[in-house]
Amino acid sequence: MHLAYPAVLSALLFCTGLYGVLARRNAILVLMSVELMLNAVNLNLVAFDVWLSRAAEETLHSGQALTLFTIAIAAAEIGIGLAIVLAVHRNRGTADIDRLRDTAEGHGPDGTDNDTAATGTAAEKAEATA
Amino acid sequence: MTTTTLAVLVPLLPFLGAAAGLLLGRGAPGFVRPLAVLPTLAALVLAVLVASRQGGGRPVDAATELTPTGSVLIELALHIDGFAALVAVLVGCVATCVQIYSTGYLRDDPRYPSYAALVSLFTSAMFLVVYSGDLMVLLVGWEIMGICSYFLVGHYWETPEARAASLKAFLVTKLGDVPFLIGLLALATEAGSFRITTILGAVANGSLDHPTLIALLLLAGVAGKSAQFPLHTWLPDAMAGPTPVSALIHAATMVAAGVYFVARLLPLFEASRAAMVVLAAMAAVTMVGSALAALAQDDIKRVLAYSTIGQLGYMTGALAAGDRGAAVFHLLTHGAFKALLFLAAGVIIHAAGTNSLAAMSRMRGLRDRVPDAYWTMSVALLALAAVPPFSGFFSKESVLGVAEHVATGHTEHAPGAAGWTVLLAGLITALLTAAYATRLWLLAFRGQGAEAPDHGRQPVVMNAVLWVLAVPSLALGGLAFRLLPDWFDGRDLTPTLTTSVLGTGVALTGGIVTYAAWRHTTALAARTPLGAVAAHPEGDAALVEAEAIATHRPAYGNVASAPDPADPGRLLLGPLHRHAAVGFHLDAVYEALFVRPVQAGASLVRFLDREVVDTYVRGAAALPRWLGAAVRRAQTGNVQTYVSALLAGTVVLAVAAVLVATGA
Repeated sequence: MHLAYPAVLSALLFCTGLYGVLARRNAILVLMSVELMLNAVNLNLVAFDVWLSRAAEETLHSGQALTLFTIAIAAAEIGIGLAIVLAVHRNRGTADIDRLRDTAEGHGPDGTDNDTAATGTAAEKAEATA
Repeated sequence: MTTTTLAVLVPLLPFLGAAAGLLLGRGAPGFVRPLAVLPTLAALVLAVLVASRQGGGRPVDAATELTPTGSVLIELALHIDGFAALVAVLVGCVATCVQIYSTGYLRDDPRYPSYAALVSLFTSAMFLVVYSGDLMVLLVGWEIMGICSYFLVGHYWETPEARAASLKAFLVTKLGDVPFLIGLLALATEAGSFRITTILGAVANGSLDHPTLIALLLLAGVAGKSAQFPLHTWLPDAMAGPTPVSALIHAATMVAAGVYFVARLLPLFEASRAAMVVLAAMAAVTMVGSALAALAQDDIKRVLAYSTIGQLGYMTGALAAGDRGAAVFHLLTHGAFKALLFLAAGVIIHAAGTNSLAAMSRMRGLRDRVPDAYWTMSVALLALAAVPPFSGFFSKESVLGVAEHVATGHTEHAPGAAGWTVLLAGLITALLTAAYATRLWLLAFRGQGAEAPDHGRQPVVMNAVLWVLAVPSLALGGLAFRLLPDWFDGRDLTPTLTTSVLGTGVALTGGIVTYAAWRHTTALAARTPLGAVAAHPEGDAALVEAEAIATHRPAYGNVASAPDPADPGRLLLGPLHRHAAVGFHLDAVYEALFVRPVQAGASLVRFLDREVVDTYVRGAAALPRWLGAAVRRAQTGNVQTYVSALLAGTVVLAVAAVLVATGA
């Protein structure tokens, strides 16, 4: 198989992911788009590893090993990311990125009020689950 | 141990006690009292040992150089002659009495640990001044006393009087200390050494170029420390401190340091006739003025403070007449009876719940409440008034005798004018001293009116100390005047007949006139009720005193005097009373001369700082603030905007990298 096919495919996947990260409003979809981008990189790593090993320039398959690393880290990352999104959704009742603007300049005490109220409800929920 | 080792330990022990007291004060309250009393007591014992070994013979000299210090050497030097040995014994004795008395007087005071440590430090500094043979080392002790007096006078810093008094004590003595330092440096430059023995040798050779200038500069510092006119104004206000501190400052340490310093360097002052005349004039003005002011004071401690100034005037008078033996003799007896007067006054203030003589004169039976203070204070007042055979008589007559000796022109070293000035002022002051001593005694102990309040027995330690001090007040003068010439310069200190008769005569006249005036005015006392009594009479003595000081101004409108028509001093002084009560308006003069210009300068500086300098600072800050506000607008809070900017930046960099790589 020519190297161009997987390279084009991974470029398409990366662009789709990038579009999703920049344009999606739901935080879960943004996370899924990040996964797309990661997997595009993984695809590249595997394809170039095969291409280089066929040319006998590199026989350690370090590209494939690195892919395994990336997959493991991506699993951990998505777990944490989804947990954060869930927590945010529980506290705020929304996972819409456009409405999570607490760090904006001039946001002021309004946001801190929300935060204290949020931590209060979070504590109650933690008690209920325990 | 050698005498030198013992002498080094004398200032060192109270210093170590002070350091340990400050370190352990909070952690181990049980050690505070032993740490306060024992080092001072040990220092007293060592001082007595040093005195007995020195024995008035050859001076003990020892010196060690710590490190090279440039042009003029500074050495850790001891110079112990008869004067130093005896004054050190007095300092140790009074300081020990004060420390023991304080354990009773401030027994419930929360700040007692730091107080006791500062008193120890004060004592140590005075020992250093007394024993030091090097003027720079002496200056160290001199300045430590200044800062300790600031802390101790301000012990009741909750009251505005104490805060103001401590600042005033510090600033006024500093006003004298600056010329003093310049004088010391000039003296060392001309004599080529800071060692007292070397300097006195240079004076004897006549190798000093400007003795008058140096002597006058040094006199400024002496006037500040020893509370001589015109720098005496801090001393009456320093009464806002606790009574034991007043006793320590007035009897043995701070004010004695100035007189002792002149006594040490007397040949230097004698080298300049102008300095001796200035010294005599200063002594005369101080004596008479302070005695008049003492007659008009209402606060019992302020009476004693002005009397201290007057007695120091006698000492400087004796120095002006060129006899340091008489001056230090009076210093010793005065130290004993003035410490007793102050400590007894502390007991009386505690018992009466007030420091006002006007209020005490309206209490019946105060003397039965405090019999120990009554008897010992009577002894001390008789010594103060120089009635034979109490100790003050002998020392004061030795001063007057010396002045007469100089006035009749028997001496080379002191000008006759100085002698006449001191003699006349001394006789007038003897009259006034007897008058205010009698007034104090009559008003405090012969009051008519309501029964004095009963606050129970005074602490035993306080009464015991009074009796210990009563012994030298009674007998020191009579026992010592034959022995002391061996310790001092060898001049006779026996009272001469003329001055004794004159001095005792005027003293008795003063006493009798005051008694007559008191008999005349006492009938008025019942008609004008007065009284300011502390709110917590059951508290310890220090609390009662702090409250008494704080209530004097609200009750009488003035810290110094009370509007009491029954006061014999008012009758005796007549129209002068109004001026004498405020110390002859010297404070008002200083207010106009120094305080107001300084305040005006301060407000000018504040204006320049707030309105001129700050404008530039604010202007310099404006541009960065605007830039910051512009940049902050980019912070939208939307993560996707940030990622877009990141992507755009990456693309730009990638394109740039490609362009550079292809060489386009």
